[in-house]
Amino acid sequence: MLDSTEGYTTADGRKIGGVVMEMKNITLRFGGVVAIKDISFDILEGEIRAIIGPNGAGKSSMLNVISGFYVPQEGEVWFRGAPRPQMKPFEVARQGIARTFQNIALFEGMSVLDNVMTGRLTHMKSGLLAQSVWRGKAEAEETANREVAERIIDFLEIQAIRKTPVARLPYGLKKRVELARALAAEPKLLLLDEPMAGMNVEEKEDMSRFILDVNDEFGTTIALIEHDMGVVMDLSDRVVVMDYGKKIGDGTPDEVRNNQDVIDAYLGVSHD
Amino acid sequence: MAQTQSGAEGLTSLPALLHRNATKFADAPAYREKEFGIWQSWTWAQAEKEIEALALGLINLGVNEGDFIAIIGRNRPYMYWSMVAAQSVGAVPVPLYQDAAAEEMAYVLEHCGARFVIVADQEQVDKVIEVQEGLHQFEHLIYLDPRGLRKYDHHSLHQFSHIQDQGRAAYDEWIEDLKERRAKLNYDSTCVMLYTSGTTGKPKGVVLSNRNVIESARYSSEFDKLRQDDDILAYLPMAWVGDYIFSIGQAYWCGFCVNCPESPDTMMTDLREIGPTYYFAPPRVFETQLTTVMIRMEDASPLKKRMFDHYMAHARRVGPDILDGKPVSFMDRLKYKIGDLLVYGPLKNTLGFSRVRVGYTAGEAIGPEIFDFYRSLGINLKQLYGQTEATVFITAQPDGEVRSDTVGVPSPGVELRIDDNGEVFYRSPGVFVEYYKNPESTASTKDAEGWVATGDAGFIEEGTGHLRIIDRAKDVGKMADGSLFAPKYVENKLKFYPNILEAVVFGNNRDECTAFINIDLAAVGNWAERNNIAYASYQELAGHPQVLSAIQEHVEEVNKSVAEDPMLSGCQVHRFVVLHKELDADDGELTRTRKVRRRIIEDKFADIITALYDGSDKVSTTTEVTYEDGRKGSISATLEIRSAKVMPVAQQMAAE
Repeated sequence: MLDSTEGYTTADGRKIGGVVMEMKNITLRFGGVVAIKDISFDILEGEIRAIIGPNGAGKSSMLNVISGFYVPQEGEVWFRGAPRPQMKPFEVARQGIARTFQNIALFEGMSVLDNVMTGRLTHMKSGLLAQSVWRGKAEAEETANREVAERIIDFLEIQAIRKTPVARLPYGLKKRVELARALAAEPKLLLLDEPMAGMNVEEKEDMSRFILDVNDEFGTTIALIEHDMGVVMDLSDRVVVMDYGKKIGDGTPDEVRNNQDVIDAYLGVSHD
Repeated sequence: MAQTQSGAEGLTSLPALLHRNATKFADAPAYREKEFGIWQSWTWAQAEKEIEALALGLINLGVNEGDFIAIIGRNRPYMYWSMVAAQSVGAVPVPLYQDAAAEEMAYVLEHCGARFVIVADQEQVDKVIEVQEGLHQFEHLIYLDPRGLRKYDHHSLHQFSHIQDQGRAAYDEWIEDLKERRAKLNYDSTCVMLYTSGTTGKPKGVVLSNRNVIESARYSSEFDKLRQDDDILAYLPMAWVGDYIFSIGQAYWCGFCVNCPESPDTMMTDLREIGPTYYFAPPRVFETQLTTVMIRMEDASPLKKRMFDHYMAHARRVGPDILDGKPVSFMDRLKYKIGDLLVYGPLKNTLGFSRVRVGYTAGEAIGPEIFDFYRSLGINLKQLYGQTEATVFITAQPDGEVRSDTVGVPSPGVELRIDDNGEVFYRSPGVFVEYYKNPESTASTKDAEGWVATGDAGFIEEGTGHLRIIDRAKDVGKMADGSLFAPKYVENKLKFYPNILEAVVFGNNRDECTAFINIDLAAVGNWAERNNIAYASYQELAGHPQVLSAIQEHVEEVNKSVAEDPMLSGCQVHRFVVLHKELDADDGELTRTRKVRRRIIEDKFADIITALYDGSDKVSTTTEVTYEDGRKGSISATLEIRSAKVMPVAQQMAAE
């Protein structure tokens, strides 16, 4: 079993550090429906952490708790060694958490470049006046932000669609643009909600490579939700398995694969 | 710099030319590349410094004179520098096709015994690592883009910029050595080794000397009056001789600027931003661009569409004559000027051809309509005929003598000869030195007097002196009734239709001709969309009855035009089938330069060919396909075979 508090070294030689985020006994209810029931787990610095589970298991709710969008009725979210207070979305973003959405949430009418630039918003310090007259600091700031945006465009190989309005792009590319926007914020923790849903095999392979490269190149900690078991097992360092709001497994892909509860949840089990 | 005095002004090697450019055109741009959305540029002086640093780094790494250095990657300044740096240290650069599969690379790397390999990125690194076990001489791998490579074992893996840094640091230690090696280069030293894709058998390494490259570059630059301030866009495979001559040979001879696109996908945008003055593209690129224009015009507003049609009709009538400087009436000229303002100018700007002074197409025959379209816009598009063994140039069309059905007159310094079987032979300063480690092939291609067989059948036109190519000599055959069979001639006519991407005609030693046809997904897909025809896959679209009918019309029109040629009227297509998959280089059906490999296709689709001749109207088949990552799968389909109307053959036998 992994010693999750001390960090570890992965098979391919990446160093995984201390705890970035910890879920302590989270329970989330919507009226009478219990979406998440007493779940605890942690996310370590530099790892790729997957949350999997059948439909309706509460994965997206869990991601929304991590991102601060939902506030759990019970339990605490610890971020960097301290309990995190209730926060507005922009405050979460400033803390270095960025995310993508299951149903793409881009500005359809804007170009890819403009969408990526919106990801830089938290890094823009100059005021409204300075931005309007476009002098001095504001200009220098925009240049610096544009450079970051361009590096990410280069990284995700979307140069050819830089000036294309997002509405005209196919689904797979939109997903990639959303990842670009999230990366533009230079997050410490990146949350991906089903990054590969609805993609064909080739697109999935591309996306997997980008996720691994992001983790490798920028050292970004990544928490992702995914349906495709094959992809999850290949990508992630550790996996949390949820079913009906409860945690039924937690560990390396191999451990999870051999966990009887997980097998039952996925393949079904006869009740006799 | 000391040079063996045998070429003009002692310019007998690429490093010597580089040094001249760095002195004479020091501040003029030599290379540009778009990166991070901005065009970065290097002057000739800077380029010389970069190349020198790399050369020193290579010596530092242990490159000896006579070593082979394989270079694999897309067109980037760094890759071009690698080629010249390799020559500077007395090694031989061997560029490889970057989309080749690992096994194909293994053959070439083993054959030339490359000790060093310079690659662009992780994808290429992975391929080389995959095959390195079998490569006895392989020692070091240098990569350009470090992305994704951090975790790799770096014992024999080096980053390009680090090699340059080490070179700069060891300047004092190695500079004398480098100067000595550069001084030893002369007109007969090997400049580059290029592997020909080969429509049959294993690729052969064509050794080209400095004389071949520099003389060819010099003659051709003078022929087209290329200048120091020209701009080209380098986007064709670096392993192809054409790119080598345009982006290195001519660029170094003239000192013009080589512009590299940001990525393969942005080529069209970059083309427009750079606006090259000298442009080269295979017919396929021109076809694609024309198809895109036509598709977009279909969607344009009625007024724009009418304006476009009206002025294009006028341009087709007088445009080529104006370009060739022939007499055209004042009113026609005036109307052409207005058309230029309203249609041609903006269109050329969109295509990135506003500044093109000299444009070439070669490699395959180009459709007359496509060719005329570009020429009528006022773009000086010409054809040339060449091959790797000739260092490109055999014939080219001079300004003012341009036609779509010839390939031009012999280039300066080239002698032509047609033998009894119709095969074209040439002799020129560009004739290659040898096939590496293959004296038999060298001897069978090049005779003692330096004449080289092209393998193409053709004839020289009476009166104009222009060469016309009919087909590959070995593909020209006889039908069962003894009439001439030239498949390429018919295939080209078929391929001129935008709907048809590829065609393969059969009929050697048979009673009648039949054909395989590949539809063009972009063109047919768009047509389907406009006509509300739903389809889920290439296969479904290719088998759609309306598509088949459209193709049948094309085939019948081609038959009509083939019938007009008394020599080739036997080649009319009687029956055809639209294939369920695109012919692909990954499956070995095409070469990397997208030429049809007949023998392989005949073997692979033997069942379909049988069905074409046995009169059945359907055939079920299963075909193995290879995906881009090398995995294999198979697709099966039931294909409908259609018969096309043929024209009665003119009774030339009786009439004679």
